[in-house]
Amino acid sequence: MNIVVLIKEVPDTYGDRALSLETGLADREAVDAVLDEVDERALEAVLAYADEHPQTNIVLMTMAPESAMATVRKALALGASSAVHISDELLLGADLTLTAEVLAAALKRTGFDLVIAGEKSTDGSAGMLPAMLAELLDAPQLTSLSAVTIADDRVAGTRSTEYGTATVSAPLPAVVSLTEALPAARIASFKGVMAAKKKPVETLTAADLGVDAERYDVPRSIVVSAAERPPRAAGVKIVDEGDAGTQLAEYLIANRLA
Amino acid sequence: MTDFPADSVLVLLEVTPDGALAKTNAGLLGAATGIGSPVALLVAPADSHATLAQGAAALGAGTVLTADADPGALIVPIVDALAAASELVHPVAVLASHSVEGRDAAARFAARTGAAVSVDAVAVERDDEGIVAHHSVFGGAYTTVSAATFAAPVVTVRQGAVDARAEPVATPAVSALQVQASGRPAAAVESFEPLEAASSRPDLRGAAKVVSGGRGLGSADKFALVDQLADALGAAVGASRAAVDAGYIPQSHQVGQTGVSVSPQLYVALGISGAIQHKAGMQTAKTIVAINKDADAPIFDIADFGVVGDVFTVVPQLIAALEAKSK
Ligand SMILES: Cc1cc2nc3c(=O)[nH]c(=O)nc-3n(C[C@H](O)[C@H](O)[C@H](O)COP(=O)(O)OP(=O)(O)OC[C@H]3O[C@@H](n4cnc5c(N)ncnc54)[C@H](O)[C@@H]3O)c2cc1C
Ligand SMILES: Nc1ncnc2c1ncn2[C@@H]1O[C@H](COP(=O)(O)O)[C@@H](O)[C@H]1O
Repeated sequence: MNIVVLIKEVPDTYGDRALSLETGLADREAVDAVLDEVDERALEAVLAYADEHPQTNIVLMTMAPESAMATVRKALALGASSAVHISDELLLGADLTLTAEVLAAALKRTGFDLVIAGEKSTDGSAGMLPAMLAELLDAPQLTSLSAVTIADDRVAGTRSTEYGTATVSAPLPAVVSLTEALPAARIASFKGVMAAKKKPVETLTAADLGVDAERYDVPRSIVVSAAERPPRAAGVKIVDEGDAGTQLAEYLIANRLA
Repeated sequence: MTDFPADSVLVLLEVTPDGALAKTNAGLLGAATGIGSPVALLVAPADSHATLAQGAAALGAGTVLTADADPGALIVPIVDALAAASELVHPVAVLASHSVEGRDAAARFAARTGAAVSVDAVAVERDDEGIVAHHSVFGGAYTTVSAATFAAPVVTVRQGAVDARAEPVATPAVSALQVQASGRPAAAVESFEPLEAASSRPDLRGAAKVVSGGRGLGSADKFALVDQLADALGAAVGASRAAVDAGYIPQSHQVGQTGVSVSPQLYVALGISGAIQHKAGMQTAKTIVAINKDADAPIFDIADFGVVGDVFTVVPQLIAALEAKSK
């Protein structure tokens, strides 16, 4: 079984993430870059499957700047066999449609039985790329799964939406996205870290994939302006001395909030 | 029907699994009316078309295109209908809810047609250049405006974010849409389990008031205190991820970076430390109230009214005081 796990490096949500007001793109200098937690969990689900099925070939795939190599190696240390890193200056600031086109081309090139992604990235918060890939790859999509079962020729799972949970399934090949409800990732072992240094990482450009990143005859989504919201200031803080509940009630009533 | 206004905005109506119009449609049609003439696409079981079309008209849809749903096939039939509607209408924009199903359908449609997408918009607008979408990103720390370089953008709209409402339409023009199935492989939907029957409480998304509880509540039983205060205030119930992970409350109530983003008039945080990922989902609230027994909890940095105290003594007194006032 060939499983490709889509991973994305994002600004650490524990830091004060910043946006360049000129370009509208994430400021990569502002905070550390980390592997998105939801992708880590998706990778863990695949590693757990591979623990039981040693014939599994796991390929990590990312479209990210050159600097993301360190994150790719860290993910490899958890257990995948190899990685594909699409890195190209021309793809800086690529919108979703272009990102999907590039990743779909790379997935076709690498080949797969199953593509596994995170449900939603913490920087883009689109939650759309996996469905776009399913469309471009002509594969069924099983998105927003909070539980997944992989069989030799099928994949099934529990899809969580705002209205409830559905049981869904499809034959392979398929595209799956997993939510943060899945278990957290394992910790890399020293052996894993050493082995990761030697694992093959293929680096590709858009041109290698036959994608023209500079077409002006297809629509692109662009950020036309960006502004910083003024930070919030703290207001009153009282220490409860037996009447804080009453004081709070008065505050809410005075402000017409109760 | 062959003629559609030049400023048609195609709106993918959100239909709940039990066959009703979702609450998000009011905001979707409100947003669409602000930028053009809404043409609503209803993908639902055939026997509900008439009723739901009338419901959509009450929310401002003057024109409704109907297509049959296939509840056994995931997303693809909706995308096929959306593609057919778009070809017929030639809209200036396509709007869908940023719900799980709405964004799945919007994503596939955009990939199929090569459209530019603007995701999770909190507002849409028309300026000199065309249609633009407003976003609140990095947990509300920034606002951005996005647009398509040309052609009709696909815009997903954050649930509960748009307050604008369209004028009701008395008699909508309803017509059946001819849909050519694409034959693309779809996952099979084998069964569906609805969330526990929605209570009388307001929905978290779009609520004017939200009371959230965190790990400080200590147990699922004791989390009832959050419900009690919510009911006293007429508020929706939210939670931190730690409270969700501990099983106090289902994930659909999670507020924050990876949960729901809310911008209510009042946000009350009970036993929540105020981790940056939690703030990311609520710091745009008008007024923030926090009760936490740790005076150094970061939630106090953004609270308009903070109480350093035990939720189990402060909140019952607060509820009693509110009840006394309403008598
Ligand atoms: C990628 C990522 C995404 C995340 N997304 C989210 C998200 O969407 N939403 C979210 O909330 N978190 C999210 N988190 C988790 C976040 O970092 C915190 O772990 C979480 O918000 C903590 O929840 P909490 O405040 O309830 O718990 P804690 O941090 O444990 O705080 C509990 C608080 O309760 C107080 N307390 C205890 N007992 C009482 C009492 N009797 N009376 C009053 N106060 C009391 C304590 O003083 C403490 O401050 C995310 C983390 C990551 C890495
Ligand atoms: N540039 C990228 N490279 C690899 N995978 C990606 C990339 N962008 C998004 N993904 C995958 O798609 C998921 C959803 O992303 P998004 O639709 O951007 O919220 C992520 O969790 C990743 O698994």
